[in-house]
Amino acid sequence: MVVVYSDNRKMALEMVAKARELSGPLNEKVTAVVLGKANEPFSADLVKHGADRVIVAGASLEGAKAEETADILHAIVKEEGTSLVMIGSTKSGKEMAPRLAAKLLVGCSTDSKKLYIQDGAVHSERVVFSGNGVAVERFSSKPAVVTVPAKAYDPLPRDEGRQGEIIAKEIAPGVYGSKVVKVDPMLSEGVNVEDAEKIVSCGRGFKNSADIKLVEELAGVLKGYTVGCSRPIAADLKWLSEDHWIGLSGHKVKPKLYVACGISGQVQHIAGMRDSGIIVAINKDANAPIFKVADYGIVGDLYQVLPKLINAIKQKS
Amino acid sequence: MNIVVCAKQVVDVGEIKVNPSTGKPVLEGIPKKISDIDKNANEEAIRIRDKIGGKITVLTVGPPDAKERMKELLAMGADAGVLVTAPDKADYHVTSTLIAKAIQRIGAVDLIICAEASIDQFSGQIGPRVAGILNIPQLTYCFKIAAEKDKLTAERNMGDNIVTSQTSYPALITVTKEVNQPRLPSLMQILGSAKKPIEVITPADLGASDIRPGMEVVDIKGVAMSRKNVVFKDDMDESVAKLAESLAKEGVLG
Repeated sequence: MVVVYSDNRKMALEMVAKARELSGPLNEKVTAVVLGKANEPFSADLVKHGADRVIVAGASLEGAKAEETADILHAIVKEEGTSLVMIGSTKSGKEMAPRLAAKLLVGCSTDSKKLYIQDGAVHSERVVFSGNGVAVERFSSKPAVVTVPAKAYDPLPRDEGRQGEIIAKEIAPGVYGSKVVKVDPMLSEGVNVEDAEKIVSCGRGFKNSADIKLVEELAGVLKGYTVGCSRPIAADLKWLSEDHWIGLSGHKVKPKLYVACGISGQVQHIAGMRDSGIIVAINKDANAPIFKVADYGIVGDLYQVLPKLINAIKQKS
Repeated sequence: MNIVVCAKQVVDVGEIKVNPSTGKPVLEGIPKKISDIDKNANEEAIRIRDKIGGKITVLTVGPPDAKERMKELLAMGADAGVLVTAPDKADYHVTSTLIAKAIQRIGAVDLIICAEASIDQFSGQIGPRVAGILNIPQLTYCFKIAAEKDKLTAERNMGDNIVTSQTSYPALITVTKEVNQPRLPSLMQILGSAKKPIEVITPADLGASDIRPGMEVVDIKGVAMSRKNVVFKDDMDESVAKLAESLAKEGVLG
């Protein structure tokens, strides 16, 4: 059995598609797990998009904690005999999957970029060393627990006639001394850098938060723009909200055009933007590592370069 | 408050070079250091101990030379260290099991603090695994922490939401880089850290010499990255004109 679970429904459907593909060589069925009430309509959606079976559990939970979710999945996986468990790589998925793997005494691979069966063993590839390498991980344990990022796979087309089994289970998780006190939305300006076609990004080369308007202006003359930034701008200085943050612990992006202004190019930032189409760097330090990963660069003071570049691009378009 | 800080010795990822003929990262001969966010974990432990009292033990699973790097955390203010020498084949299952057993050996631990992830692998597995093995609450991705004698409250970065969670002890928390600014030890503290004890033990001492990994890294592949690396550094007006022209030719302006 291949088990799929995510607290994000879109990611659950994406993983069901991949699970279908892998269930062939493994000769196993695809089971999706949903936390909720027995009549949860999403269960039927999972079947129509490729699941053979849906287990609905945790009806009594109010906003499941990782501790409880891991217990419920542990009970399901242990009982059914499973070769692969796929968990959506949201933050709550990433904190739950290793806990589940620990309870199962098995291996786990987080943020898997590539997942396949070779010589009967599950293999997962993931980016390591801040984007300087890709580790090929081979599982010897059964099951293999893997977390899968969003948009790694396309969901299967909806098949209204597809039939599957929907089973409600009551599983009581352990009791833990932790509780959620409140949930607030992350301060956001509604920016979606992951879907952006063109990104102009700013880093520590800017002296004041007001100067970021230069980046916004350049972004404005490039049609289909979005403003991004490196870690210090969002996380430390808080000049921009975290939805702008590009890097290893921020968002990973692949626009057609990425312009890095005043960003030195720490490995953690590069790990978030290395898959971009054309990369442009503007930095006053000719030795800044950002130039090594750039297609085009200008060595110069961004306060002088940006106004000139905005004008030049205005004239081109 | 009996606190354990989990710390890892890693290669300095900023120093990694790529072998031009194979495209693979060269990991030999790279300077080693304590993983960055582990210092934030240690700093948070020091602040909690200084507020409500107790003891901090730094716990590392790694090669024998990790002992030298652990001294930096002791110089910052941790009280003692335990180094478990790692077996040749250690995956997250093996490492987290050794950590959990070492914590049980230390005994009566109230709070375990880990980084959200190490900067080399960035897997984020050890914290949740150790909490799972010990069957205690886990509060991950904490960026703001208020510890009291009987409970701990933390604001956690869960992506789309800030989740405020509370837990009784014993508990495990993982912290992000934003949680604090780790202190730099003074020369006196660095010299003083030489007197603080670091106990070196083996998996056998923990009754775990037969533990086997569930997963193995069979290859580290290179990452293909070929860029044009055209850098304009002459007259600024000319540079800007050339850049705009190049971008137009690439078809990325329209």
